[in-house]
Amino acid sequence: MTETTTAPTPPPAAGRPEGDDRLIRRSLPRRLLGRPELGAVIGAAALFVFFAIVADSFLKLGSLSTVVYASSTIGIMAVPVALLMIGGEFDLSTGVLVTFSALVSSQVSYQLTANVWVGVGVSLLVTLAVGLFNGFMLVRTKLPSFIITLGTFLMLTGINLGLTKVISGTVTTRSIGDMDGFGAARSVFAARYEVGGVSVNVTVLWWLGLLALATWILLRTRAGNWIFAVGGAPEAARAVGVPVNRTKIGLYLGVALAAWISGQHLLFSYDVIQSSEGIGNELIYIAAAVIGGCLLTGGYGSAIGAAVGAFIFGMTNKGIVFAQWDPNWFKFFLGAMLLLATLLNAWIRKRAEATP
Amino acid sequence: MNDRAPLLELERVSKLYGNIRALTDVSLAADSGEVTCVLGDNGAGKSTLIKIISGLHRHDGGTYRLDGTELRLGSPREALDRGIATVYQDLAVVPLMPVWRNFFLGSEPVKGRGPLRRLDVATMRATTRSALARMGIELRDVDQPIGTLSGGERQCVAIARAVHFGARVLVLDEPTAALGVKQAGVVLRYVAAARDAGLAVVLITHNPHHAHLVGDRFVLLKRGTMAGSHRADEITLDELTRQMAGGAELAELGHELRRGDPTDAA
Repeated sequence: MTETTTAPTPPPAAGRPEGDDRLIRRSLPRRLLGRPELGAVIGAAALFVFFAIVADSFLKLGSLSTVVYASSTIGIMAVPVALLMIGGEFDLSTGVLVTFSALVSSQVSYQLTANVWVGVGVSLLVTLAVGLFNGFMLVRTKLPSFIITLGTFLMLTGINLGLTKVISGTVTTRSIGDMDGFGAARSVFAARYEVGGVSVNVTVLWWLGLLALATWILLRTRAGNWIFAVGGAPEAARAVGVPVNRTKIGLYLGVALAAWISGQHLLFSYDVIQSSEGIGNELIYIAAAVIGGCLLTGGYGSAIGAAVGAFIFGMTNKGIVFAQWDPNWFKFFLGAMLLLATLLNAWIRKRAEATP
Repeated sequence: MNDRAPLLELERVSKLYGNIRALTDVSLAADSGEVTCVLGDNGAGKSTLIKIISGLHRHDGGTYRLDGTELRLGSPREALDRGIATVYQDLAVVPLMPVWRNFFLGSEPVKGRGPLRRLDVATMRATTRSALARMGIELRDVDQPIGTLSGGERQCVAIARAVHFGARVLVLDEPTAALGVKQAGVVLRYVAAARDAGLAVVLITHNPHHAHLVGDRFVLLKRGTMAGSHRADEITLDELTRQMAGGAELAELGHELRRGDPTDAA
């Protein structure tokens, strides 16, 4: 499901320097060095050992389950954000889009006194429409995606607070916990299952599913080839007939789809939504993708890397609590880790390219 | 061969950008198995000409014929579909992608159906290797990012790609600019290989030495107009160089730059 190599067959003998002239494969360590997520994997392993030492309760199954859950909620968004970044674009509106998606779902169901699945469906359409708006504005205006999605971010922030206040009178939505279909929706978006004595949230399945899908798309489909190309050299891609605009719009739709899943999880974990939630999360998703090896300039990265980046965030977030430190240090650690991981990635890539 | 229309023919083609005449009455012919060189200094209109041939821009006047039928191209994709492939100097490839992914970019083969439709990776790798080998290009590893190849090698891969995808007209934009002598020689060898494979090659260059080595026809551009059109047997390298550089100007420049005679400089 989560294949990491691009080669279909393993190398005949690792590290045979000059044998068969043309059929030679790079040795396994060499090929691993060429993978974008290597830095993140090393970082995640180091961090895991670190927290296992400093926090006594970190290695308990219950704690690990909390860590994986935290990672999955970030990872659901970080994976499509990584694809978007490989495609050479940014999205600053993701954090508030998640909240927006949850708000739409909640308000539609509550105001229409309808089955919650009506709200879920309407929310999907509206959230995808926001993604379409971002993508369409980008290819039409040719403005940087930073500006366009900054605009969307600010507008959605305003809408989230403003509309909720107009409709509900407060900044929190009314509970939809007793409405038809709530239980079913919760089992799809926010259920917890006991697997061998460990509590696993359904978000972990969504996360792994999205990861598998994204990896499949990136490495094994035409669209994946186009994503790398439009991020790496859009003009070259256009010149050989790649549909650059369609690819970019598709990437924004992917991000919106994940925001919808995250939003429904947020709603059905509880039954109310704080309309001010989500601000700042967009940077966490981007940071997870960057830690995972995505280049800010596009054309390079992997979905697996972003998932590992999300895991690093989950570990840090909960590890600090288990180590009984002040949780306010979380952001400091994240920033430091972002810098370290990026430097490590740059160094690894340089080494990998210098000696083919 | 003289009786029928050439494969690609431009007749008195013009292009305006607003009120700037980028190209006026330029004619050019390219036939399969031949190399047509377009020579000109910076600003002579070479880029405009290439953009018209490759479908990035439409011409404003004159006729553009392929196989004797007139066309107006709407997009690079349309040109590609008609067998006109263009290799641009700086945007031929996506540097961070492996050679085999670059080779098939925009025309990837797939296998399977429905949700299992996927890239035929094994075929892509094998075909890349064999197509490059057929053009005489030896690569250690088709998995390496194409950006790790030298500029000459990258041009060669792009040329091999055009040949493999059945291009009939190959347009090369300054393939030897920014290359060393040896590298340029390698690229010219592949230009000849493409010609021998039966393609009509249009080679845009500002280097008359390179042009004269492989060219069958020469079209000289100057400030957006035709400054001359010759067949290879009608013109020597010296004459080509002289015409291109604007002979008299070059002689004067040489005179001006000569050392040790201060009176001349004044």
